[in-house]
Amino acid sequence: MMTIGRRGVLGGVAAGVLAMPAIRARAQQQGVKIGLVAVQTGPQAALGTQLRDGFLLGVKHLDGKLGGLAVQVVDIDDELRPEVAVTKTRAALERDKVDFVVGVVFSNILQAIMRPVTETNTFLISTNAGPSTFAGRGCNPFFFTTSYNNDQVHSVMGQAAQDEGYKRVFIMVPNYQAGRDAVHGFKSRFKGEVVDEVYVPLNQLDFSAELARIAAAKPDALFTFMPGGLGVNLVRQYRQAGLANIPFLSTFTVDEATLPAQQDAALGFFSAAPWAPNMDNEQNRRFVRDFEAAHNYVPGSYAAQAYDGAMLLDSAIRRVKGNLADKQALRAALEAADFRSVRGNFKFGTNHYPVQDFWLCKVAKRPDGKFQTETVRKVLENNVDPFAAECRLR
Amino acid sequence: MSTQLLLVQALNGLQFGVLLFLVAAGLTLVFGVMDFINLAHGVQYMLGAYLGASFAAWTGGFWAGLVLALPVALACGLVLEVLVFRHLYDRDHLSQVLATFGVILFLNQALRAIWGTAPLQVPMPELLTGGITLMPGLQYPVYRLAILGAGLATAGLLWLLVERTRVGALVRAGATNAPMVAALGVDIRRLFMLVFGFGAMLAGFAGVMAAPILSVEPGMGDTVLILAFVVIVIGGIGSVRGAFLAALLVGLIETLGRSLMPDLMRLFLAPSPARQAGAAIASMLVYIAMAAILAVRPQGLFPVRTG
Repeated sequence: MMTIGRRGVLGGVAAGVLAMPAIRARAQQQGVKIGLVAVQTGPQAALGTQLRDGFLLGVKHLDGKLGGLAVQVVDIDDELRPEVAVTKTRAALERDKVDFVVGVVFSNILQAIMRPVTETNTFLISTNAGPSTFAGRGCNPFFFTTSYNNDQVHSVMGQAAQDEGYKRVFIMVPNYQAGRDAVHGFKSRFKGEVVDEVYVPLNQLDFSAELARIAAAKPDALFTFMPGGLGVNLVRQYRQAGLANIPFLSTFTVDEATLPAQQDAALGFFSAAPWAPNMDNEQNRRFVRDFEAAHNYVPGSYAAQAYDGAMLLDSAIRRVKGNLADKQALRAALEAADFRSVRGNFKFGTNHYPVQDFWLCKVAKRPDGKFQTETVRKVLENNVDPFAAECRLR
Repeated sequence: MSTQLLLVQALNGLQFGVLLFLVAAGLTLVFGVMDFINLAHGVQYMLGAYLGASFAAWTGGFWAGLVLALPVALACGLVLEVLVFRHLYDRDHLSQVLATFGVILFLNQALRAIWGTAPLQVPMPELLTGGITLMPGLQYPVYRLAILGAGLATAGLLWLLVERTRVGALVRAGATNAPMVAALGVDIRRLFMLVFGFGAMLAGFAGVMAAPILSVEPGMGDTVLILAFVVIVIGGIGSVRGAFLAALLVGLIETLGRSLMPDLMRLFLAPSPARQAGAAIASMLVYIAMAAILAVRPQGLFPVRTG
């Protein structure tokens, strides 16, 4: 039997402890740390879960590496509270020394963490929130988004209504800034008559009063923007009131996050998006197939754009050969967007918002009984958001 | 606006009011009889909806879901009573508010952990699908009429129970002077427990009934809870009759306000600001009404007679 003296053990431990900082320093140099901001608590947590699952699937497809660097993801749950988001993001920047901040479902969270992140010369990649504030005069050299500018999506629906030849449209949105933006975006391309605009409180439960108004107005179509639970209630009650023969044009109301609850009630309802799960390209087929196998639910745009976010980072880090210190080169590499998106084509405009195609989508039931949005036709091609011209970035 | 539309809106208001009554009835009994502020009442409504959704998915039918959800909602109410609320009856209102608020946070998170955050859906019972055409282009879902009917029936049953039975007499007596009832040899604790469990079951019933038309999601009880408090304050705390009438009143104000206010504002303002101002005022209307009623009748419309 072999015995090891106490001294020997101690010595070994001491050597190990002494060696550790060196190992850690090397690991830090070789790896890349990502702060992943996704809401995980509260009623909107399902969206944050989609985002996180999408990004992590991207990392998994890249064998746990981005541009050849081992990835370490620091989860940041913003709790949909701006002050919490700022505190946690600051901690990730200062304590964990993250190299990129990625994610963010909601615009108000993005607005809160914008300065804390970009002021430390760290790149912030939003995979969902795309407010107008940072698209125009407020555009930022350290900010990119892989989603869209919100106004674009609403305007796609306006264009679609125009193309369909609808003359009289009824508009219903929640009474807050994003709701008013939706109306503005829709009207920017719809030139027909708006029969009525109805603004409902954000905590509205029952739409019976509004549905009766819609029935009385007999419009050619309804345009609405009712995110989350609002949309679940509206869609089901709209169907129950027998109004489904009036086309239901919506933005952020019927998507893969709400469809499990809306199900048959949403069949045939329209939405607008730059991506849908049925898009026929190799990258997307692989993404959707593996996502569903891993998580057992249909991915939505929250997941798809986060997946693209991982691919974007991979391409940029590869291009600078893992040298994250040269911010200028890294920016140029991000701008190049040299990756294959699940949407097919992908490129950035001068303001770091995507220039992309937008589709009219429709809710369909798949043979396996699950629901998803499917592309109907391309409405806008290579669309640049309306604020890009105001951006001074070159 | 046509008379027809107005009638449909009134019906909508009544239906919403009846749903509110189902939640408020339990709340007013608990508040009135036990002088106990139960903020967690909304969570019990939510729990009912979740139980109904799960049991309906499990058994494949709404009715079985409803039948199974009710006793479980009752049991959950009783468990909460024994574990938490029982220890709070003798404490002041602040402790009750704090503790029951804690229950809200706990149960909201627990439901999230069990069922996830995505909204659930409950199929509408086969028997009650479809609609009746009340005005051209608008079908009034039979299910909403069923809610109206169920609410009215529950109101009738409650009235019988409270006004015409021995237990009801004890409940009323307890609302007026609990120590005296206890002194007369009634086990007031058990009475409280009974009332509490019954209130929880009513809230659960409301939750199950609402589930096919509203989305079942975490936090769904919070909005209803606020309106339910408005209802019991307007109606007079502890009064089932008051809660019934106040619930219908609140339902009507809420619904008619929402549909009439924007048109009303258009008489004074340009269309665009009128719509937004109208919507804003409509959402305040219920609270303005409550303030006005309390200014005239601080005890509410139908206070429980005391002394």
